[in-house]
Amino acid sequence: MRRTSTKVVAAAALLVALVLAGVVSRFADHDPDGLTKVSQEHGFAHKATTHRGLLGGYGSLTGVVGVVVVLGLAGGLAFAVRRRRPDDERP
Amino acid sequence: MHVPDGFLDAPTSVATGVVAAAAVGVALRGARRELDDRTAPLAGLVSAFVFAAQMLNFPVASGTSGHLLGGALAAVLVGPYTGLLCMATVFIVQCLLFADGGITALGTNIDLMGLVTVVVGWTVFKALQAVLPKRLSMVAPSAAVAALVSVPVAASAFVLLYAVGGTVDIPLGSLTTAMVGVHVLIGIGESVITFLAVASIVAVRPDLVHGARPVLEKRELVLHHEVAA
Repeated sequence: MRRTSTKVVAAAALLVALVLAGVVSRFADHDPDGLTKVSQEHGFAHKATTHRGLLGGYGSLTGVVGVVVVLGLAGGLAFAVRRRRPDDERP
Repeated sequence: MHVPDGFLDAPTSVATGVVAAAAVGVALRGARRELDDRTAPLAGLVSAFVFAAQMLNFPVASGTSGHLLGGALAAVLVGPYTGLLCMATVFIVQCLLFADGGITALGTNIDLMGLVTVVVGWTVFKALQAVLPKRLSMVAPSAAVAALVSVPVAASAFVLLYAVGGTVDIPLGSLTTAMVGVHVLIGIGESVITFLAVASIVAVRPDLVHGARPVLEKRELVLHHEVAA
């Protein structure tokens, strides 16, 4: 059996993330999440304060931008801290 | 479960910030052992997937939604140290770009939804791996159980923080019941998504799944043993 290349796996994973953020997110439930709902029912929701996010809120476009930013930051961080191959193992 | 500014008082928020910074520091050192040229690209993808999946709130009860946290998923796919770095990246971007989760609550959110879910998820996963047969088919179900457990534990951790530094005095018993109750339901969704994601990668490239390595190494040992015999 031929092994699926890492590039193909990576491309598929990225495509899934982009489709989830850009398309499927349109169908996300807009009800308050677990903590927000509990805070409303237990009388501490009014304590929440908000700030302005640099991209505003979540949407198809900003979601895709978010995916790319997260990919770049986490991927870059991983590359920075990874083990380098010893020189004698370099092709 | 993104905690906004204002739910917890300043001393508690400072303390959770210190814990988060220390945890990320430890993770930066530990991730070196988990990451090499082959696995480093996966860390970015896992982080991107968790970010995207967290946008997808699913209904859990009347008028209540939930979304993936992803710590157990990240730990199984790329290892617990790298997993925490992936999760912290997601929360920092959500906080700064989308105002999802408060700024003073950033440490709290990294602790609850990153540190707790990664540590609990990885611990449960490794415990299951120790007692279950060493087969690739066990990896995704074990990850799913780990994910299921991690969410109500994270909710309980929020209650603990609230007991220490909550800004409104409320009965902690009913807060615990409500938080754990709704997050068990969210945990079911978490376990389904985690199962699907881990099973997909295990099906095509089990060698890229950090949590599957002990199984693959054992299989190779058996193969060598058979050849030698």
